[in-house]
Amino acid sequence: MEEILTKSLTEIVEGIKNGTYTSTQVTQACIQQIEKTKEYNTLNHTNFEDALRQANEIDERIAQGNTNGLLLGAPIVVKDNMCTYVLPTTCSSKILENFVAPYEATVVSKLRAEGAVILGKANMDEFAMGSSNETSAYGKVLNPCNTSRVPGGSSGGSAACVCAHQCFGALGTDTGGSIRQPASFCGVVGLKPTYGEVSRRGVVAFASSLDQVGPMAKNVADTALLFDAIRGYDAKDSTSSNHKRTPTAGKFLKTLKGLRIGLVKEIFEQPMNDDVRQALEKAISFYKLSGVEFVDVSIPNIAQAIDMYYILSSAEAASNLARFDGIKYGRRAPEAKTVEDIYTLSRSQGFGDEVKRRIMLGNYVLSSGYFDAYYKKATLCQEVLKQQFAKAFEMCDALITPTSPTVAFPFGSKATPLEMYLSDIYTVPVNIFGGPAISFPCGKGENNMPIGLQLIGNYFEEQTLLQLAEFYEREAK
Amino acid sequence: MEYDIVIGLETHVELATQTKVFCGCKNQFGGAPNTHCCEVCTGMPGALPTINEKAVEFTVKAGLATHCTIHNEFYFERKNYFYPDLAKAYQISQLVVPICANGYVEIPTANGTKKVRIHEIHLEEDSGKLIHTPMGSLIDYNRAGVPLVETVTEPDMHSAEEAISYLNTLKSIYKYIGISECKMEQGALRCDVNISLKPKGAKQLGNRTEMKNINSFKAIERAICYEIERQKGLLEQGKPVVQETLRWDDALGQNFPMRSKEDAQDYRYFREPDLLPIKITNKQLSAWKESLPKLPAEKKAEYMQAYALPEYDAGLLSQSKTLSTFFDACVQTYNNPKALSNFILNELNKKRNAELVEDEDAPIAITPAHFAKLVELYQTGEIAQAGARQLLDVLYETDQDPTPLVESMGLKQQNNADELESIVQDIIHQNPNAVADYQGGNKRALAFFVGQVMKATKGKANAGLVNQIITKLLG
Repeated sequence: MEEILTKSLTEIVEGIKNGTYTSTQVTQACIQQIEKTKEYNTLNHTNFEDALRQANEIDERIAQGNTNGLLLGAPIVVKDNMCTYVLPTTCSSKILENFVAPYEATVVSKLRAEGAVILGKANMDEFAMGSSNETSAYGKVLNPCNTSRVPGGSSGGSAACVCAHQCFGALGTDTGGSIRQPASFCGVVGLKPTYGEVSRRGVVAFASSLDQVGPMAKNVADTALLFDAIRGYDAKDSTSSNHKRTPTAGKFLKTLKGLRIGLVKEIFEQPMNDDVRQALEKAISFYKLSGVEFVDVSIPNIAQAIDMYYILSSAEAASNLARFDGIKYGRRAPEAKTVEDIYTLSRSQGFGDEVKRRIMLGNYVLSSGYFDAYYKKATLCQEVLKQQFAKAFEMCDALITPTSPTVAFPFGSKATPLEMYLSDIYTVPVNIFGGPAISFPCGKGENNMPIGLQLIGNYFEEQTLLQLAEFYEREAK
Repeated sequence: MEYDIVIGLETHVELATQTKVFCGCKNQFGGAPNTHCCEVCTGMPGALPTINEKAVEFTVKAGLATHCTIHNEFYFERKNYFYPDLAKAYQISQLVVPICANGYVEIPTANGTKKVRIHEIHLEEDSGKLIHTPMGSLIDYNRAGVPLVETVTEPDMHSAEEAISYLNTLKSIYKYIGISECKMEQGALRCDVNISLKPKGAKQLGNRTEMKNINSFKAIERAICYEIERQKGLLEQGKPVVQETLRWDDALGQNFPMRSKEDAQDYRYFREPDLLPIKITNKQLSAWKESLPKLPAEKKAEYMQAYALPEYDAGLLSQSKTLSTFFDACVQTYNNPKALSNFILNELNKKRNAELVEDEDAPIAITPAHFAKLVELYQTGEIAQAGARQLLDVLYETDQDPTPLVESMGLKQQNNADELESIVQDIIHQNPNAVADYQGGNKRALAFFVGQVMKATKGKANAGLVNQIITKLLG
């Protein structure tokens, strides 16, 4: 069993394809591991009987000679904000307790079409709002690297279950860093694709203009494979991009000569712990030695992205979460007598503090009298920031930053929400810009905790990021 | 004091597209509750809207037919408010860039034709329907997501009659271009009325009220008259008119406050991030323009010019698409527009009266060629008026060629002057008193003789000929 669990996704799919393993064996191994490492609290919902049924179906299909599927037989976990049949979809919120969606997210359908076994729904910060997984109504997820520390968030469950070998890959969502930061904290790889690259249909919206689904896996090759499985145009998502896509998996480079990485001047003016700074500098030296050309670029307003983000994302969230009103599905306060009661009691009881904070903030910035000063201004600033990114990408193929200013922090160590928000300083600008970014491990820092390196790419240049990251993973010692 | 009355209308019309505006569900009135809905129109978590291009086309056509400027790039906004029939707790609508703006329609009034300016026409989604029962309130989402076009006028109307005339005109246009059935009884056409009063000639507009929940043209008329009097009453007493939203109660014939300006909802509009801006190409626009049929105003002018019909006839024939299409087809087979118009407006409409109350666009049960033939038979003297009426009754029951019926029903008109003269002679002999009346100067006695002849011939006598004969014989 140990032998199976430590394999990569790429290896396990190959093994199932050539008959070394069956999907049932692999799925059973994962189930045993989940039960053995239950304390991490990575999964909100599982149905092992159903997972084994899926595995058995795939094994039967293989027995008939059909070995199609990028993810053939591999157990995959999806974040609990993606609609699935059978398993509930709760976004780690009390307001959606027991909600089973009547339809399936496009990404989940795509996973199944590629032969994946849907193993469970990953714990997360409530409605993807948080950077530590501490806001989940299902309790906190422990970081498998050190259980006194947070796994990061909001896709903390997804990162932790990959780290703990409970599955061979997971899907997360990233609105302001929710894939990359937990990947960094748990020492796994996470890719936030370009906005529009992966369908959002069936993914419970936090901030519609910023949300993107992405893969999380043990290594870069696995991440590329999972990325290939879920990307694609979806006519049922109007924001989905209809461009030609070529597979990214397996297309890795022998040399990085000819590639250019930009160093954003303003990044180095931001707070960054020493261990993280050293890891970043080491990585820069490595890439230089590998033939990458470095250029200095400037994105003057990159730090203001945090302000734009909390205005734009909260405004959209306030509207997106208004449907959770106790009328049609989810929790309804049992003592409610009037319609007014149904709304106020159900929402007061159903939402956690962080979600309420953002709903209030969002409604405030949209309200008449404040709209121009906040929401409208933020959208104008977003255009400015996009132009600054575009200018930077005229000079280089990727930008390099740490994923987070620190390694995973201990539970309860962020005293105020603002302190928590500022820990997303490197990831948030990417969502405001809309391009892709990858986080991958680049050494260990304080307390032997993993450090994540972030590479940011121009629109739809995921391939370049995967190639740069894979080269580091393979060659850096 | 004398007042100027200022009225503006906001009219919601459900578009007759096959499917809903942001999902593929059937757009159909009625149906078992919650059978025409999916995750999108019931606002399930994670569901995303996609635009129905037909709804855009229909909205653009509404704009083209009302002389609007069409914005070739526009976007949607979210209007946020809580209500149980609003599945997502926001309505996808348009605020800043409506699809159409700055148009007008020409309406008939007692003082001739008048322009009512259109401020904008925008596209949005309808909500579900609350059904209150003794067991509690239920929600039917079949209507949720039905495409709704809102036409907003400038405050250009000054009486209830003008408001009704505007609504009739708008309805007629929208039905003509085929974008909506406009069935008010099914809620496919709904209207909110804005009214304010100001001292005659004053520049400054008075405080306005908005009236909702008005469900028929008759009710609109009543509601407007009531509100004008209410505001007059307040102003006469020196009291201010409160800017507020009122609910019309047609049964009580009274309106009631819904909410004042202070409690007005803050809808927190912002751009709908789930839909990208939509562009209309010049090619699409000109194709849609070309596919527009002639509108009622054009039809009316055409009838007056080409067929020399009086304005009254032309107006009636052009107002309903069914009627004008029928008339056009009739003229194709029998080129006598005035005779056709007379027979349609006098005889056919009388028969259709009951149906027209139900549906003013009710299909006509007779093939135009058959109807035209009937008018031709009458016009050429083959049948008399009574015979024509009898034939119409038959055709109305069973649509068929009327020509063979003239024989089989024995309707052929009595045109033989000799035979008629001998009948008239008999009647003159039998009625010496009437003859005396007639010769004494009472011309009404002529009608009596004609009536007697018709009775004797079972209505088949040629009325014109009979007249001549009587006049000749009685000198």
